[in-house]
Amino acid sequence: MRILALALLLLASPALADSQMPDAQWANTQLPDPQQERAAKALMEKVRCLVCQGQSVADSDSDLAGDMRSLIRTRIAAGEKPDTIKAWLIERYGKWISYDPPMSGITAPLWIMPLLLLVLGAWLARGRFRKRKSG
Amino acid sequence: MKRTWLWIPLALFGLFFGVMAVGLSKPSSTTITSKMIGKPLPKFSLPPAHAPQPGLGSASFQQGQPRLLNIFASWCIPCIAEAPVLLELTKRGVPIDAIAIRDRPQDVDRFLKRNGNPYQRIGSDVNSAVQMALGSSGVPETFVVDGRGIIRFQHIGDIRAEDVPEIMAALRAAR
Repeated sequence: MRILALALLLLASPALADSQMPDAQWANTQLPDPQQERAAKALMEKVRCLVCQGQSVADSDSDLAGDMRSLIRTRIAAGEKPDTIKAWLIERYGKWISYDPPMSGITAPLWIMPLLLLVLGAWLARGRFRKRKSG
Repeated sequence: MKRTWLWIPLALFGLFFGVMAVGLSKPSSTTITSKMIGKPLPKFSLPPAHAPQPGLGSASFQQGQPRLLNIFASWCIPCIAEAPVLLELTKRGVPIDAIAIRDRPQDVDRFLKRNGNPYQRIGSDVNSAVQMALGSSGVPETFVVDGRGIIRFQHIGDIRAEDVPEIMAALRAAR
């Protein structure tokens, strides 16, 4: 009985929920021009994958991430600026898509807090040093 | 006075711990809605996804009547669950066009034979280019596009029977 169950398990194939199409042309192929490839790679690392949220499109294996890498490489090869492509993506998916959040009302604390903490730390340290000198 | 000050670090630690605990127990998986709602459909022209039906271009959405634009794929499992509901919508007179994502003609054919064909036109988007231009992040998704080609509504995931009233209301509002 157990052997039969095991045999059936071996025969069962998982339901496939992935495209049968080959990868897009520039999904996993570097651009011939190293400078363009560098610019494309830098942008891919800052674009968040829509399927595997928490990964960049440079790291994700999902089909959509591959297609997005291909789109980025194609546009960079056509001479588009990385910032233009990033703006195009933000226009469609919102700021969420970018791992490099621009300064705005909501993200301001992220940028300002470290500076504030540094100033606070310096102030605290100054107090400590003063005390030691006088004592 | 000095006593109360002493508790502040512990209170801060408690707050920090709480935030972390909540963040860990509820992993964030965000639904990314398209920011294209209220904007015109991006210009596109896609070849037919299988032989018997015409391809799809953005010009089809300028005919004065709202239409549904369904993003699907033969390899997408929730799309199978959605198919009978889409057929029901066509029976109610709703025109539906589709974009097949990363699909092969033979697979689209097989999918439609098995699950029914609610579509008037199907464009083939082999590298998800139009999907990305629409701000769509997966399959299935459905957009309501008004008669002037403006995107009015987005439904993410499969349309279930209980979603039909909402879709019908969005179509009426787009009139």
